[in-house]
Amino acid sequence: MGEIIFYALAAVTLGTALLTIFSRNPIHSALSLVVCFFSIAGHYLLLNAQFLAIVHIIVYSGAIMILMLFTIMLMNLNKDDESHKPIAAKIAATIAFCLVGLVLLAGLLRTKPVVESYYYSGEDFQSIKVLGKVLLNEYMVPFEFASVLLLVAMIGAVLISKKDKEKSLK
Amino acid sequence: MDSAIIIEKGIFILAVFAITMFMAMYSTLAERKIAAWLQDRIGPNRAGKGGILQPLADGLKLFAKEEFMPSTQNTFLFVLGPAISMSMALMTSAVIPWGDKLEIGGRTVILQATDIDVAMLYIFAVLSVGVYGIMIGGWASNNKFSLMSAMRASSQMISYEVAMGLAIIALIMATGTLSVREIAAQQSGFWNDGWFTWNVFKHPLSFLIFLVCSFAETNRTPFDLAECEAELIGGHHTEYSSMKMGFYLFGEYAAMFISSAILAILYFGAYNYPGFQWAVENWGVNVANILGIIALFVKICFFIFFYMWVRWTIPRFRYDQLMNLGWKMLIPLAIANIVITGLVIVLTQ
Amino acid sequence: MSLDTISLSGKKKEVSNKKMTFWESLYLVAIFKGLMITIRHLFQRKVTIKYPEEKRPLSPVYRGQHMLKRDELGRENCTACGMCAVACPAEAITMKAAERKPGEELLYREEKYAEIYEINMLRCIFCGLCEEACPKDAIYLTETKVMVPSASKREDFIFGKDKLVMPLTEAMKNRQNQLS
Repeated sequence: MGEIIFYALAAVTLGTALLTIFSRNPIHSALSLVVCFFSIAGHYLLLNAQFLAIVHIIVYSGAIMILMLFTIMLMNLNKDDESHKPIAAKIAATIAFCLVGLVLLAGLLRTKPVVESYYYSGEDFQSIKVLGKVLLNEYMVPFEFASVLLLVAMIGAVLISKKDKEKSLK
Repeated sequence: MDSAIIIEKGIFILAVFAITMFMAMYSTLAERKIAAWLQDRIGPNRAGKGGILQPLADGLKLFAKEEFMPSTQNTFLFVLGPAISMSMALMTSAVIPWGDKLEIGGRTVILQATDIDVAMLYIFAVLSVGVYGIMIGGWASNNKFSLMSAMRASSQMISYEVAMGLAIIALIMATGTLSVREIAAQQSGFWNDGWFTWNVFKHPLSFLIFLVCSFAETNRTPFDLAECEAELIGGHHTEYSSMKMGFYLFGEYAAMFISSAILAILYFGAYNYPGFQWAVENWGVNVANILGIIALFVKICFFIFFYMWVRWTIPRFRYDQLMNLGWKMLIPLAIANIVITGLVIVLTQ
Repeated sequence: MSLDTISLSGKKKEVSNKKMTFWESLYLVAIFKGLMITIRHLFQRKVTIKYPEEKRPLSPVYRGQHMLKRDELGRENCTACGMCAVACPAEAITMKAAERKPGEELLYREEKYAEIYEINMLRCIFCGLCEEACPKDAIYLTETKVMVPSASKREDFIFGKDKLVMPLTEAMKNRQNQLS
């Protein structure tokens, strides 16, 4: 049962990811990215990580992709507007992709081997209480650093978007 | 898994679905009736006694209407929009506890479809995904007014989601759980330890912010700019006709019912009523819980009425006022509320 | 008395642009007041008139569907003089005159009568000028108190004598009233 769901989800994930790249209409590709994110949330659920799955949906599907769709819709990108990239850019993109793929492969090949059989230890790894305790005890410093990073990004965005009063007066 | 529990949950989910649809259906009648009463009119009274069959007549009319498709290549997305809107409105009801428990033939039936650990987050996830219904529908209509209205509606929804989430955080800090069922259970009875147990008396500010945000989330007046007829024809569903249009409208009413339910459960004691414990001891679990379900529905109906009452009282906001209220008033207020709640928790422990 | 204090309707309110206090700027009190006003209307008497069952009283000079009158002996007053058709600003009236034959004295009052008398109700503006123009007191709009019913075909709106002439029963009733 779990395996069937996994393969179905994996097929959806890969299919929509490919659609994201290949569809010519930017809205369609954004929407297939949304479906892709949903199927990744499904993978999290399969791994019994409810919190991660839901947060993934809230943050990626619910916020980031909506903002992305906003920009695409407002800019009214049509497939006619798609400009032809120069050959050099295409070659550079291919090389960059190959390099990233190589790094990823090299990294992933050295990870631990797949555990053949899972067993149920009864220990609670995923409930939000456990996660909260771990985050705010063991990983307190990185957690706070992440929040400071977000705060800085937010203030920076506000500063950039704010009109320069002196300039507008002149 | 126990097959009995699957059957039990299946029946329960079907019942919840049917009740939600029924309530959404009759909300349309209630909307028109209450609008009429508040304006010293009578309202629809031709279909059935006092207009009681009006929703059926409306449904029949919508089904019989001509199905019109705008000239667009995005037929699939055009159909997907109302479908998402409707299903997201219905999905939230999965984590709502409609009652505590019933005892039927020695079995204890929990009156909730599923009790997940992160129910509050689930509600927010579903809410944020619901924006897609409006956005996709508005875009696929191939009409710039639909698109503009969809933009308005969705930017309004994602702006107010922030304030809504922050308002809820204060509540979650105090209750110490994300499970809706536990939040409901913590408000049992009415009076305990010298203060009311219902959250509205403990977190009035949080309630107020949440209330305003739920008006914005359901796109109801005074935040119904998306359907601002004078500027945007009919809103994001301008191009929709027949039952697709009906799905959007129906989804809106279902969302209104669900958000009323959430308001009642989070802040107004869910299925609890004064003397719940006494009723359990004297009349048995079943009677007390059926009374509890009735109490919950009374509260939900009050909130639905409140939605309509406000609709005919407060005029529509301007768009900049709406955004100012959301970002400059409600979010700072919600953050202040979090700080105050945190201080109170630290000081009382 | 200065102009500022005069209030003919008694509802005059001075508009001021003063700065709102903090409490006022929250609008909570104002919203609550508004809610109270609307909820009061929930219990007020409804003003709706359920039309086909209940009807609003018509004014005594209400101009409805025309009626070609008969006198107290039941004879038609109209002599087909055409004054009404001339007076009609909408040109809604047409008629064709005919001579009264011997033996028809009880049907028509004068020697000449309208064989065909038609009013196009789609053109008629119910101004009542025909009534004023009529020298024989033959046409009235204020008698019937009937609104012209709706129909789905244009032809149905051309009312002939069958619909316009006062029914005999009514003429008989008038006669009885006169005698008693």
